[in-house]
Amino acid sequence: MRLPRRLVAVGAAIMLVAVGCSSAPAALTPIKLQLQWFPQAQFAGYFAAVDQGYYKAEGLDVTILPGGVDIVPATVVAGGNAEFGISWVPKALAARESGADIQFIGQVFQRSGTLQISWKDSGITKPEDWRGKKVGTWGFGNEAELYAAMQKVGMDPTNASDVTIVSQDFTMTAFLNGEIDAAQAMIYNEYAQVLEAKNPDTGSLYTADALDVISMESAGTAMLQDGIFASQAYLKDHEDVAVKFLRASFKGWMFCRDNAAKCVDSVLAADAKLPKGHQTWQLNEISGLIWPSPNGIGMMDGAAFARTVQVALDGKILTQAPDADAWTNSYAEKALKDLAGDAKGESWTKATVTLTEGGQ
Amino acid sequence: MSTRRRLRPALGFLLIVAILLVGWEAAKLLAGDPWRFPDYGFYWDPPLRWKPVNDLNLPHLWTIFGAFWELDAKGETYLSSLIGAAFFTARESALGFALGTGVGLGLAIVLIHVKVLERGLVPLLVASQTVPIIAIAPVVVVGLRAGWFGVAIVATYLTFFPVTIAAIRGMRSADPRAFELMRSYAAGRRTVLRKLRLPASPPYLFTAFKIAATASVVGAIVGEFPAGIRDGLGGALLQAMQYYSFSPQDLWAAIAACAALGIVAFLLVVTAERIALRGYRPTEDGARA
Repeated sequence: MRLPRRLVAVGAAIMLVAVGCSSAPAALTPIKLQLQWFPQAQFAGYFAAVDQGYYKAEGLDVTILPGGVDIVPATVVAGGNAEFGISWVPKALAARESGADIQFIGQVFQRSGTLQISWKDSGITKPEDWRGKKVGTWGFGNEAELYAAMQKVGMDPTNASDVTIVSQDFTMTAFLNGEIDAAQAMIYNEYAQVLEAKNPDTGSLYTADALDVISMESAGTAMLQDGIFASQAYLKDHEDVAVKFLRASFKGWMFCRDNAAKCVDSVLAADAKLPKGHQTWQLNEISGLIWPSPNGIGMMDGAAFARTVQVALDGKILTQAPDADAWTNSYAEKALKDLAGDAKGESWTKATVTLTEGGQ
Repeated sequence: MSTRRRLRPALGFLLIVAILLVGWEAAKLLAGDPWRFPDYGFYWDPPLRWKPVNDLNLPHLWTIFGAFWELDAKGETYLSSLIGAAFFTARESALGFALGTGVGLGLAIVLIHVKVLERGLVPLLVASQTVPIIAIAPVVVVGLRAGWFGVAIVATYLTFFPVTIAAIRGMRSADPRAFELMRSYAAGRRTVLRKLRLPASPPYLFTAFKIAATASVVGAIVGEFPAGIRDGLGGALLQAMQYYSFSPQDLWAAIAACAALGIVAFLLVVTAERIALRGYRPTEDGARA
């Protein structure tokens, strides 16, 4: 990975020259943020915070590192190759259990975006209806919420006479081909992909009223997803940086809530591969996972964390409950104290985004 | 060679491709999803329904062709981003091919002179080639942490074996009487290698190079998967795969680009062979008595 480092160096050099010319008082602190996936609206708030200069205003020069199939943000952050990382809570906790030094400091997503979707004619409207059906999951830890929801209604996911678990690839092709009855889907991604596909029998797109949706939130087995973490070793000496980073990131998310169209432009400029329509849909749904934030954006809900840990333990993602250092609200509290604007978003309502073929 | 004789294989190739394409659409006409051209008021409902040829699993050829002209978020056509990706992957596979043929040839020269090694090592080499490349790639690419260079190593791994085997055979292919003659002159191993073994091997080597050229492209594409490299064709494939449900034509277009790169690599070797072996006579240099 030589090129990005060189780019950073060039960027830093340009920045220095720029700073020198404008005779600004202090140099910016370079910060790297490791995402858990490729650039998309799921991370809109951070891209917006860069574009709107929120990080710079806090004295930070933030570089956003895209994630990928082989990138484990917790490992990157624990190894000191990035100061901050974004990850689903259970995945990072699993890395923490195997020795990665990380602590969650800002729980941005308040809700889980995981759904189990099915065609109307399958008549699956509640978890009990999965009995005897073919139910898809991506596996690799993504099955924990689903299995917990099954066990809650007395179904054994490992018993084929109760339910057939089908391993699903990361597309919705098997679902569209009718090979699985209920497919796992993120509300901000795969669910939209179904609505962007053409129904061959009508020649027009599938519509939401052709689908039944069971969310893991409604099933009561949701796990916390995107949160911001850093290593405790770093946090010990950089409390002020962490607070500044959180404050600017929160501002970015608030900007995206209130200026969706401009925010989508920031995402598209960040080398997002999927087209505008899809990103607009995604941002709207992501905002729905963040807002309202009853205690202010980034504040961890202790009960939701406890439930996440329980589901992770039941699903054998974790072998023991993490200690009290796994998360803290102290940085987020400090960040929220000096944050102007509405940090709770209680009056925010979801917009109606119409999807088009291929998400254009 | 006359122009006509040179054109004939190309014509044959085009004919086969045309038959395949017609067959593709014929299957869809018979058992695919309904055909809709509202602009022309055309609607056709195929009499049968067979899932493998529906629009999701086997898109129309014109849909795939149309995918090349789709614009991405930055206003770039898919075709131009695929061409960029092909150049990136071509760099990996070219380095892999160069390293692989070098290693393969060197190994063959060693093996042919040290009998013990040949007996001991060849089974190992064969075993190395039976391990699926998809299993080796993460070890090399993630282990080396070397980005596109690591990917080139994967291409090397796929490339060297056919070259080794062909070179060993090629270097043994010279006339036995020529070997006897050399021995009667008390020629050293190095002289035999230079005057007899190497001159006899090009026809065999070029056959191996043809296999190696396409293998190096495959190695480079597969090597990109675990590397998380998004700039090449492997990255383009992964990207398209992820969005297959609502844009299946993108994956087919990416596959076409991969095939095109493989064909170009193959044709380059064929051209090199034509030039290198023009007027080649194994009898010269005493390869044949």
